[in-house]
Amino acid sequence: MESTEQPRSISGSMQSPRSPSSQPYLSVSVTDPVKLGNGVQAYISYRVITKTNLPEYQGPEKIVIRRYSDFVWLRDRLFEKYKGIFIPPLPEKSAVEKFRFSAEFIEMRRAALDIFVNRIALHPELRQSEDLRTFLQADEETMDRFRFQETGIFKKPADFMQMFRDVQSKVSDAVLGKEKPVEETTAAYEKLKHYIFELENHLAEAQKHAYRLVKRHRELGQSLLDFGKAVKLLGACEGEPTGKAFSDLGTKSELLSIKLQKEAQQVLMNFEEPLKDYVRYVQSIKATIAERGTAFKQHCELAETTKLKEINLDKLMLTRSDKVGEAEIEYREIKAESEEATRKFERIVNRMEDEIVRFQEQKTEEMGVAFHQFAKGQARLANSIADAWRSLLPKLEASSAV
Amino acid sequence: MMGSENVEEFKEEMESLFLREESDRDFNGDKSNSNYRSAMSTLSDSPHPSILVTPADSDPLFAPPSYYSESRSPRSKPNGGNRDSSYLEPPSYADVIFSPFDDNSEINGSDDGGSRHSQSSDTLSRSSSSLSSDFIKITVSSPQKEQEATNSMIPGGTTYVTYQITTRTNLPEYGGSDFSVRRRFRDVVTLADRLAESYRGFCIPPRPDKSVVESQVMQKQEFVEQRRVALEKYLRRLVAHPVIRNSDELKVFLQAQGKLPLATSTDVASRMLDGAVKLPKQLFGESGGASAVEVVQPARGGRDLLRLFKELRQSVSNDWGGSKPPVVEEDKGFLEKKEKMHDLEQQIINASQQAESLVKAQQDMGEIMGELGLAFIKLTKFENEEAVFNSQRARANDMKNLATSAVKASRFYRELNSQTVKHLDTLHDYLGLMMAVQGAFADRSSALLTVQTLLSELSSLEGRAEKLEAASSKVFGGDKSRIKKIEELKETIKVTEDSKNLAIRQYEQIKGNNWCEVERLDRERRADFLNMMKGFVVNQVGYAEKIANVWTKVAEETSQYNRESS
Repeated sequence: MESTEQPRSISGSMQSPRSPSSQPYLSVSVTDPVKLGNGVQAYISYRVITKTNLPEYQGPEKIVIRRYSDFVWLRDRLFEKYKGIFIPPLPEKSAVEKFRFSAEFIEMRRAALDIFVNRIALHPELRQSEDLRTFLQADEETMDRFRFQETGIFKKPADFMQMFRDVQSKVSDAVLGKEKPVEETTAAYEKLKHYIFELENHLAEAQKHAYRLVKRHRELGQSLLDFGKAVKLLGACEGEPTGKAFSDLGTKSELLSIKLQKEAQQVLMNFEEPLKDYVRYVQSIKATIAERGTAFKQHCELAETTKLKEINLDKLMLTRSDKVGEAEIEYREIKAESEEATRKFERIVNRMEDEIVRFQEQKTEEMGVAFHQFAKGQARLANSIADAWRSLLPKLEASSAV
Repeated sequence: MMGSENVEEFKEEMESLFLREESDRDFNGDKSNSNYRSAMSTLSDSPHPSILVTPADSDPLFAPPSYYSESRSPRSKPNGGNRDSSYLEPPSYADVIFSPFDDNSEINGSDDGGSRHSQSSDTLSRSSSSLSSDFIKITVSSPQKEQEATNSMIPGGTTYVTYQITTRTNLPEYGGSDFSVRRRFRDVVTLADRLAESYRGFCIPPRPDKSVVESQVMQKQEFVEQRRVALEKYLRRLVAHPVIRNSDELKVFLQAQGKLPLATSTDVASRMLDGAVKLPKQLFGESGGASAVEVVQPARGGRDLLRLFKELRQSVSNDWGGSKPPVVEEDKGFLEKKEKMHDLEQQIINASQQAESLVKAQQDMGEIMGELGLAFIKLTKFENEEAVFNSQRARANDMKNLATSAVKASRFYRELNSQTVKHLDTLHDYLGLMMAVQGAFADRSSALLTVQTLLSELSSLEGRAEKLEAASSKVFGGDKSRIKKIEELKETIKVTEDSKNLAIRQYEQIKGNNWCEVERLDRERRADFLNMMKGFVVNQVGYAEKIANVWTKVAEETSQYNRESS
């Protein structure tokens, strides 16, 4: 199942392999989901096709096979190494068992994974990551090895969820002020944190309603189908012209039922899924906020410790103690660590500033597209409903006149 | 461009809308069904169709059914159909926010013949064109609790509810144009029973249920309201029936002040007495006080135990094909018709169930659209308040457009639904009428049974007489006691013969009534169903167009995000 369309809402010249060869490009597609393995062990594998002219890559085109946990590995690595950057979110791991291998779910996941990789490929910093290169190029055995190697233990999905939860609770603790007040208190940052947390609530609500809207489409479709059948049966009992009229009514009803089911699927993919993605993105930002909090704490603590060491050193120097040498070494070490921590923290802060701008713009674009497609779909549906029913009117008029 | 204050106001009104509806919806399944039911019943406000006046007949059972031909005037184009056009006044919550019912003008001006038709109420009406100036309209209102006066020593009587029944009419048979009476439900039961007796063979609209259980379960207020609506519907159907509207029973019910002067069904005691007095006479097959007319009334309840037994025996022997009764329901046409009616009833039941589901699904769609809109309104407000970047403001604007349209669409879905309910209500109405048809067929069957019983009784009486005569003739000089018996027997035979003839006449009459009624029903049903379909379809078209417009607007407003290649 080749993905022939552009990834949803990612724009930019990086995508087209047809751009002049002087322009650097990196284009990735996640395609062709295939079910492998049996029973509980079964999983889906995807073909990941990379087209690029970047020198760091092994050639203009590379195809590898990857599974969901490989994507998870990539995300975790990037999260570790690029603190401060909002790592693009992954679609959820768990799914209701029987749904896990349905065509809809598989397609939705494939599309989401495609977007995930492409967002990374488009990001000015992330795209240079070595881990990305590994992900896109390494053969399957190597990839497996890397994945297992992560922390020496095979990470179960549950572990990730737990990590995520820890991060979330840390973040909310921080926001609720449960910890010692070792946190930034700049007004702008406070505002940002508050914004992100509130945003998640609002978005989750919208997404929930969007999902229910999909269900209602399906239910309306089903009831139209049942109604159509019933009305046809009723028509069979009646003589003319009522019988024919009922039969026509029933047929139209059944036709519209199909249209509704189709639209339901469209709403799911083009409206509800982008909203879900938005929610995930916000959750990713929360994880970054947590990282920033940790980094800040470290920077503060180390700065504090350094100061203490400095004071201690001065004291020792005054007393001409023979521990001065030792203390001086310690002090220098701590100072280096502290400076490193400060650097790390500041890099996070700088990155986040750029990321926020990027995030807002990206989301406006993506949501705009989603709204546009949703509106078009609804208009199209309503129009075909109107057309279908309208076509019955002349016949009904004729029947009534008899 | 909506400022934030407008969004606030908007949101509050929408929220209060939602809050009001939230409290109505306590449980999911049942309540929505009962909402549907009460929606269905409260929407029967359409004005009653004008009806052709027919000459009143003293006893419809014995008058020839010729008056039917008078009422069979051509069904030409309507006037004020009972199934109204699809664009009725929008319900009150349309007053909220959106003054732009500007869409209205678009629809009115549109080329679409269908939607314009609805405006001119070009619906099929069952009213005949000629004497449309006659009307009779019934309203049931102001339920009140009253205390039953009791003579017993125990203090406090039972309470019951009375309803005010107001009639407006210009028919001459009624002694006035505007009058009101108070009746309780028991009176309605009495009316229904008396009508059932007088109008055998007719498709009499079924009365509302007694439903004792429901009255315990539901809130008193809701139950009373439901009953009020049901009573109104029932009485309106009665006056819609070309024959029954002229009945004395109905006139008395609608006009006579004070206690309803109709014999009540529960007046069993006196009847039991009558029955008990007559019983010995019936037992011995003697005429006595039993007149032919009484005998041919259907055997019922405490009164005619013996007759019941006899008829039961007869029906059993009919079934077993024991004795060959001279009159057998050989009328294939009737049996076929009965079968067809039964099938039809099944399909109407099925269709009306699916109609209910459809209505519910439309309702749900409307609701979720509204909730989605509300969620986006909140988001819009939020983004605007917290905006740091222009991209946020742009997004807030996009959301606002989407939200506005979603809320509008939601309102259209709900309006569509309330109209749909009105149209598809026809299916529910016909369920009631199918029951009436069954009643009419049952009247025929019981009349036939009466005839057959009398016939077989007659033949057995005659058999006895023959035997007695044969025996008596063998006795020389005459057998005084036997001769006396023969005479008495001959008396009985004569009465039975009269009864039999009466019963046959009655049976034929009922057959005639049946036939006319079924004809009328078929005709009316055809018109009503076509009407229903038209109304339903016109409705769907109209609102689908409105909804399409609403979303097209958003698509245009977000056209900058169009990423499709085509």
